[in-house]
Amino acid sequence: MLVPVIKSRPVYTGLAIDPHAQRHLFALEGEGALAFADALAKADRTFLATTEVLYVPAGSRAARHDLRLAAAGPLDLWTAPSVPVLLNRLRVTLQTAAMGTRLYIAGTEGFIGAAMQVALDAGIDFNSILSEHRGSSARRVQCVHCKGITEEVITSPFTCSHCGLPLLVRDHYSRRLGAFQGVNIDAEAPGTAPRPEVMFP
Amino acid sequence: MSINTEMSVRVAAITQVADQVRRLRFERVDGQPLPVFSGGAHIVVSMRDGTILRRNPYSLMSSPADSSGYEISVLAVEKSRGGSAFLHHKLKVGDTLAISQPINLFPIDQRGRKHILMAGGIGITPLMAMMDQLAREDRSFELHYAVRTRSHGAYWRELQARYGARRVHVYCDAEQLFIPTAQILGHQPLRTHLYVCGPAGMIKGVLGTATQLGWPRQNLHSEEFLAPPPGTVFKAVLTRSGKAITVHSHQSILEAVEAAGVEAPYLCRGGACGQCETTVVGCDGALEHHDIFLEPEDKTSGKKIMICVSRISGSEIRLDL
Repeated sequence: MLVPVIKSRPVYTGLAIDPHAQRHLFALEGEGALAFADALAKADRTFLATTEVLYVPAGSRAARHDLRLAAAGPLDLWTAPSVPVLLNRLRVTLQTAAMGTRLYIAGTEGFIGAAMQVALDAGIDFNSILSEHRGSSARRVQCVHCKGITEEVITSPFTCSHCGLPLLVRDHYSRRLGAFQGVNIDAEAPGTAPRPEVMFP
Repeated sequence: MSINTEMSVRVAAITQVADQVRRLRFERVDGQPLPVFSGGAHIVVSMRDGTILRRNPYSLMSSPADSSGYEISVLAVEKSRGGSAFLHHKLKVGDTLAISQPINLFPIDQRGRKHILMAGGIGITPLMAMMDQLAREDRSFELHYAVRTRSHGAYWRELQARYGARRVHVYCDAEQLFIPTAQILGHQPLRTHLYVCGPAGMIKGVLGTATQLGWPRQNLHSEEFLAPPPGTVFKAVLTRSGKAITVHSHQSILEAVEAAGVEAPYLCRGGACGQCETTVVGCDGALEHHDIFLEPEDKTSGKKIMICVSRISGSEIRLDL
């Protein structure tokens, strides 16, 4: 049901430590902690001395990935109670950051999108940010009709939580909104929408 | 079939500004205003030198907001292929020339909070237009300008007078003063962008230092126009137009193609923009890539060539033109 090969579909190429960065700043959510662990296993550990980790456990709180992060021994590890609190800390951190700071983001797509928006506002080119998708592939979707945003969408079509239209979830992604686009699937013949299928488990 | 629509201009003024630097001012023959451009843009100047048509790119250095005329500066090059010598020795006030529309391959990144400009010698010209724009927009910038000797360096006095010594730093080789690149780039706020224009070695050194300090390449901007280097004579077969032409040792493939009456796309004529990328159908020798556009894997593939600056060592190349 997805339209293949849409250019705006983000590609997350994975976390690889920039050996030249003067400061490494990680924004991690949930299983994103595992992406950090994998990157650490492949890198020279000296980067840890200039590494700050902002972590929010979110849905994987029970897995205690925060203990694993602390055991790695970064210069600083800060665990946030919620995603908005982490994003705010990231915003403030970037305000006073210097050139030579490299940003790494890992977690669900919704989290990566939201953290990218903070980074873009701080003037960072998104191509210079390293990111890795971990955990649920649930999507954050904007209804193109009412502009309402629904989080954690796992099926397509799904019912817009704002206006109630059945929406086809496209691969068309807005970096500005950090959201995929949902388009009414039965506009010509209301009531003929196919049954929702789990597309983004 | 270039996408340029040329404009006819008259040489309104010629000024000797430094030992080997001449400033030329162009105004439109028909008295109309010239297009407003953006800092960092260049034009391609077409010169009718006897029977030879020369086309060289020059950065615009005048205020981007001034549509009454364009100004460029030309360095007298010792081993000039002809363009620089023509503009220095043959061109007179009142002569007419054709120029392209302005093209910007070296623009200011509007997301920047601070802009650091580094110039070596004549590389100052695009940065002068940038500074005019940055100052008008009240943006934060600083210039680090390396010159060989005080008398070689064009414009450093007027730039210091205009923007102040706090924003314009001059380093003179003859006085053993060099741009302390690592010191400058080591302590800059996020969102700083760097622009370098000058000799190839300087650009390479500055960008290398920036990368070592963890600057992402998205914040690094540079421009250099390469003159097509000379080489051996060879034959070029243009498969689509069914012509076989000779590329002389001081001629680029593009120039030979144009002299044969075949139109090939181009923009910068300096190996930077990618517009003249041409498919190689066959070649009996080695491609000598001189451009800074193609990716290393494209260069080794042997299937693409930038005909404005690159040539071959061999006797024949077959091109899809």
